[in-house]
Order: sequence, then C-alpha cells, then structure tokens
Amino acid sequence: MSTVFEICDYASWFCLMAGGLFCIIGGIGLLRLPDFYCRTHGATITDTLGAGLILLGLLFQSVHYLFDAQGNWQTDAWLIPVKLLFVGAFILCTSPTSGHALVKAAHADGVSWVQEGDDAVSE
Amino acid sequence: MTMFAITMLAILITMLLALSRAALGPTVYDRILALNMFGTKTILLICVAGFLYGRPDWLDIALVYGLVNFTGTIAVCKYVRYGNLAGDEQRHNR
Repeated sequence: MSTVFEICDYASWFCLMAGGLFCIIGGIGLLRLPDFYCRTHGATITDTLGAGLILLGLLFQSVHYLFDAQGNWQTDAWLIPVKLLFVGAFILCTSPTSGHALVKAAHADGVSWVQEGDDAVSE
Repeated sequence: MTMFAITMLAILITMLLALSRAALGPTVYDRILALNMFGTKTILLICVAGFLYGRPDWLDIALVYGLVNFTGTIAVCKYVRYGNLAGDEQRHNR
C-alpha cells in the first residue's frame, strides 16, 4: 500500500507544481498583456490549466484519506474526491460563461483593442 | 505538506498580480475580470488550505465560494451594462 501512496505523492507533486506555475503565468499575462481582450486570455488560462491541475493534484492526495496504512477502505471518506470533482466541474462550467458575458459586455460597450502599429506597451 | 505550502504561495502570488491589475485597470471590465480571477483563486486557496491543515471538509466552503463568485460576476456585468439590476432597458453609463 505504501507504494501506491508514494506514486500518488509524486503525481500530486507534479500536478500541484505545474498548476501553481500555470497560475503565476496567467497572473503575469493578466498584468502585462496590452488590451482587455488579451487579458481575458491570461485570466482564463488559470481557470482551466491552473485550477484543473491543482484540483487533480488534490485528487491524488485524497488517496491518503480513502485508505489507511493497512489499505483498508475508509467508508466515510468517499465524499472528499466527489467534492473535489464538483468544485472542478463547477469551475469548468462557470469560468467560460462569466468570461463570455464579460467580453460581450465590454464589446457592446465599445472597449477598443490594440491595432497593428500601436505602441503595445502595457499601461 | 511542503507541496501544499508551495502551491498556496503560488496562488497567493497570482492573487497579488490580479489585485494589482484590478487597481491599475483602465476600464471597469479589467477590474471585473481581475476580481473574477481573484475569486477563482480563492476557491483553490481554500481547497489547498483544507488539505494543508488536514481538514478536507473545507471543500464545502470552496463550493459556496464558487457559487457566490459566479453570481457576483454576472450581477456586476449586468449592473455595469444596464445601470440597474432589475430591468433590462438600455441605460448606458460607464
């Protein structure tokens, strides 16, 4: 059973570190990209790859709650991965919806975007 | 437990970047976008903190934060676009 725990720990390390990295990359994109529509890309990349990888890493970690050291099934721990999946599914549903509503509102309000030849320095 | 601490640090850095965009943002939509991202990062932070402290029951709180965050973003979008939350007549004010 300890081998399973070790494998899940390594997978969890990888997923959590990659997710944190993608979060920071998206944050830098939100701060540095030149106009609003580009910044939407930077913000939504953290909702798919960042949140997805971090929640996957936590899903690997929930093995520690599902089984004890002898490999016995803990009956009341099944809610933890189910709740993690709910959080992930909810983020995957709502993030594109709110992003779409936001971009549509901005476009209808006439927010301009960077044209070719503009000085694309972040404000 | 180190991995949870490092992940929380990364999420906190991202929240700081989003907050600075919300403070800088030239249009109101930049600020809403940054706050939306801040809310998503709050959900992740609560999840990771629950595992860090060994209390995964906090995932319930994360779920509620997700609901509130989505509803809040849509409500603020509608408010900015139409000027009120009740009707949908086109009163433009930025």
